[in-house]
Amino acid sequence: MIQLEVLRYNPETDAEPRMQRYEVPYREDWVVLDALNHVKENLDPTLSYRWSCHMAVCGSCGMMINGEPRLACKSFLREYRGVIRVEPLAHFPIERDLVTVMDDFMGKLARVKPYLIPKHEKPLAEGEYRQTPAELKKFKQYSMCINCMLCYAACPEYGLIPNYIGPAAIALAHRYNQDSRDGGRAERQEEIAATEGAWDCSFVGACSEVCPEHVDPAGAIQQVKIKSTLDWYKEHLMPWLK
Amino acid sequence: MAEVSRRPYVREMGWRWIFRHPRYVRYMLREFSCLFIGGYTLIMVWGLKELAQGPGAWQAFLEWLRSPASVAFHVLALGFALYHSSTWFNLTPKALPIPYISGAHYAGWAAVSLAVLYFAGVF
Amino acid sequence: MESISVDVAIIGAGGAGLRAALALAEAAPKLRIALISKVYPMRSHTCAAEGGAAGVIKPDDSLEHHFNDTVGGGDWLCDQDAVQYLVQEAPKELVQLEHWGCPWSRAPDGSVAVRPFGGMKKERTWFAADKSGFHILHTLFQTSLQFPSIERFDEYYATELLVDEGRCRGLTAIEMRSGQMRRFDARAVIIAAGGAGRMFAFTTNGAIKTGDGMALAYRAGVPLKDMEFVQYHPTGLPSTGTLLTEACRGEGGVLVNKHGRRYLQDYAMGPETPIGKPVFKTMELGPRDRLSQAFWHEERKGNTVPTPWGECVLLDMRHLGEKKIDERLPLVRDLSISYMGVDPVKDPVPVRPVVHYMMGGIHTDTRAATPLAGLFAAGECACVSINGANRLGSNSLTELLVFGRRAALSALEFIEKNETPNPCVAQAEAAQARIRARFQRSGGTESVAGLRREMMQTMERHAGIYRTGEGLAEACAKLAELRRRYAAVELHDKTNVYNTDLLQVLELGSMLDCAEAVAASAAARKESRGAHQRLDYAERDDASYLKHSLAWYRGAGPPRVDYCDVVITKSKPGVRDYSGAHA
Repeated sequence: MIQLEVLRYNPETDAEPRMQRYEVPYREDWVVLDALNHVKENLDPTLSYRWSCHMAVCGSCGMMINGEPRLACKSFLREYRGVIRVEPLAHFPIERDLVTVMDDFMGKLARVKPYLIPKHEKPLAEGEYRQTPAELKKFKQYSMCINCMLCYAACPEYGLIPNYIGPAAIALAHRYNQDSRDGGRAERQEEIAATEGAWDCSFVGACSEVCPEHVDPAGAIQQVKIKSTLDWYKEHLMPWLK
Repeated sequence: MAEVSRRPYVREMGWRWIFRHPRYVRYMLREFSCLFIGGYTLIMVWGLKELAQGPGAWQAFLEWLRSPASVAFHVLALGFALYHSSTWFNLTPKALPIPYISGAHYAGWAAVSLAVLYFAGVF
Repeated sequence: MESISVDVAIIGAGGAGLRAALALAEAAPKLRIALISKVYPMRSHTCAAEGGAAGVIKPDDSLEHHFNDTVGGGDWLCDQDAVQYLVQEAPKELVQLEHWGCPWSRAPDGSVAVRPFGGMKKERTWFAADKSGFHILHTLFQTSLQFPSIERFDEYYATELLVDEGRCRGLTAIEMRSGQMRRFDARAVIIAAGGAGRMFAFTTNGAIKTGDGMALAYRAGVPLKDMEFVQYHPTGLPSTGTLLTEACRGEGGVLVNKHGRRYLQDYAMGPETPIGKPVFKTMELGPRDRLSQAFWHEERKGNTVPTPWGECVLLDMRHLGEKKIDERLPLVRDLSISYMGVDPVKDPVPVRPVVHYMMGGIHTDTRAATPLAGLFAAGECACVSINGANRLGSNSLTELLVFGRRAALSALEFIEKNETPNPCVAQAEAAQARIRARFQRSGGTESVAGLRREMMQTMERHAGIYRTGEGLAEACAKLAELRRRYAAVELHDKTNVYNTDLLQVLELGSMLDCAEAVAASAAARKESRGAHQRLDYAERDDASYLKHSLAWYRGAGPPRVDYCDVVITKSKPGVRDYSGAHA
């Protein structure tokens, strides 16, 4: 048996969050999510948390596990010693128990125009845009984001500066900027090259460290900074290049 | 009954986040290094000023440089500068994904250092 | 009760729901569209699909081949006019996705790559590494962000359809975060809420696949069609049920029993093909129902490998090499290592059949319209039927796109021809009262988890890969009992903010209703066809059963099952031949 210490918060009954202990069986192949499900099914049906796929692809189950942003479905009990502390993802308001308010993230994702703005229009009848495997590779890793928000929980800048657009949003914008079929970089720069965009990043790098999909948002952000800088120089020193 | 039920709770960030994980400590040390590097720059500017004041002032400045406080400061500053430079060079590939860019930075650093030491008459 | 007035309400924001929303937003930019989902769209189970989406593009392939593969794969229970529509629209839809930015894997010349898949005569499965569903879902979701006419209602749980005078006029839904119920007044409603695999103990399905959309339509008087046809995917991880895509076999992986024998050749799918060189439609590229059934027989014979999580066979991919695995099956490698501690590059992976997909669902016609005016359905929750008695892998993602769009166009046609209906205010109040009643009660003797477990065990035991008359009768009786006991379920959490206890109670209700439809339809079908296999009626019986089952909701009692015809156009029922002989 092992112990979980879980943050509980019900706005209708609690003035503020409190911690609650549960004892759950220890199994070699269990993850923290399995332990939480055990709690909900057998010990305390009032515990609320998000989950679905149990295979690290839906992004629902991001939580702070022993102070680190992790996916509950990929955090094995065998990785931990002693009491396991489970809290909602940092830097987001707590709705209830382990459920956070995600509105800020969803809003920011939408702001960066994360959709293909084709460089050239092509009628459907003419078939697919050509894209070589090498061109696909240039943006592939940035397309792997599962929107789990672990990066936002890890980023102290986001914690300190709530207006910061944040790692995943910028990485997603970068994904489209790098796509050979896309011609919308100028439009996206408005958002991601602004102060609240890439320039609020001081390259802590925590986002890339915690990302379960190895998207490397930190790398994406620095690349956005470089492009933004070059844009500025071109605009001011070589205006004839319009 | 309504919306009154919802009361999202916002957790204070405070300053203790720095100690939540070694990566944040390392980050703050890296950022903190700027104080020492800035301080070193100020000392150099002060030195130039003393040099302009004549040989007496200059000697006094050199005396101060040899003092225990100054030596301690310069050792720390060197340590932080090395830390700052190596973390910076190691992170460069993220911003500029060009092959061997890190190595090129270190190589450039070594070349410039050797040149400076040469002109300072060390060899 | 706060009400929201829209033109079209879409319940479910996965592949089909998003595709429908996009089709509506593009066709009629002034339309007010409500996209309602109990989870944020990125969490929809479409994200877990791995292998790919089928669409004819190779010059040596044809719509006719795709058609024949699908109809044969479905054991001739597919409506052939619907299949014709599917195969014809498929390539267009997949190109549209590409134009929206989907990162399909490519051939060296930059054209879209395709891979072989089970039951298909030619390569026609478009794929994005082994995360095709994930990329399709995210492409659709991100594309939807550019249309302000698509208003999203994330984390709203739909509880009832509002129906009056034979027309669907909207729905009631609980806003999860506040616990408040809202009434949606809509001129048309599209249900795209997915399947109900969670009614079984062992499934690839995520937590959210609880058949809520199916139950909504069912309770509103729309029959559920072909519910007895539940697909077992041959290769799931035994510990969690996690899916290992069919693409493992498409790329050349093989299945062996404990003696190292590629046993599929003993079940009319031989002769054994060379390792790493799969041949279309035989051996490991046979259809899913046949492969799962082979496992069942192997287990009876004692040829399976015992593991702490039950009996398994081995999926051997070592001969593919690390490079190919990392390029084409990286997720599979990650899943095997994380959840089984086995690296497919070095060792064979233990796998077993797990419930994956429901061929059956809300009865719709070829235009995605249900018999209830104003109500449409698409995706796994619907049964057109294009999958018949057994679905071919990679037809489902295609189905989401083709019929998601079709449902949208049908809904648009409908609202252009029909006046805006009056809202069902009283009905909505009654729906709310029903939910609030649960909060008033206490002293319930049953637990959600307990009832759910009993339901899952019953389904797994009696409605699994092979069924018998007695087993199904027992299942029907047990499910009837569980539905009665459900009334006494205790709601432990009586608060309003993000109450997942209530959510699970309601989801259990959906699953029990759908499960009853599955068991009753299975008991009534006295033949074996596709994924519905009976030990007591082992043969296919076209004379009596070349028709679709329809299960009709009858409140507290068990469903009434009757039948409707299958549309047969070009392909007369034949023998499903997956031996090498047909090639």
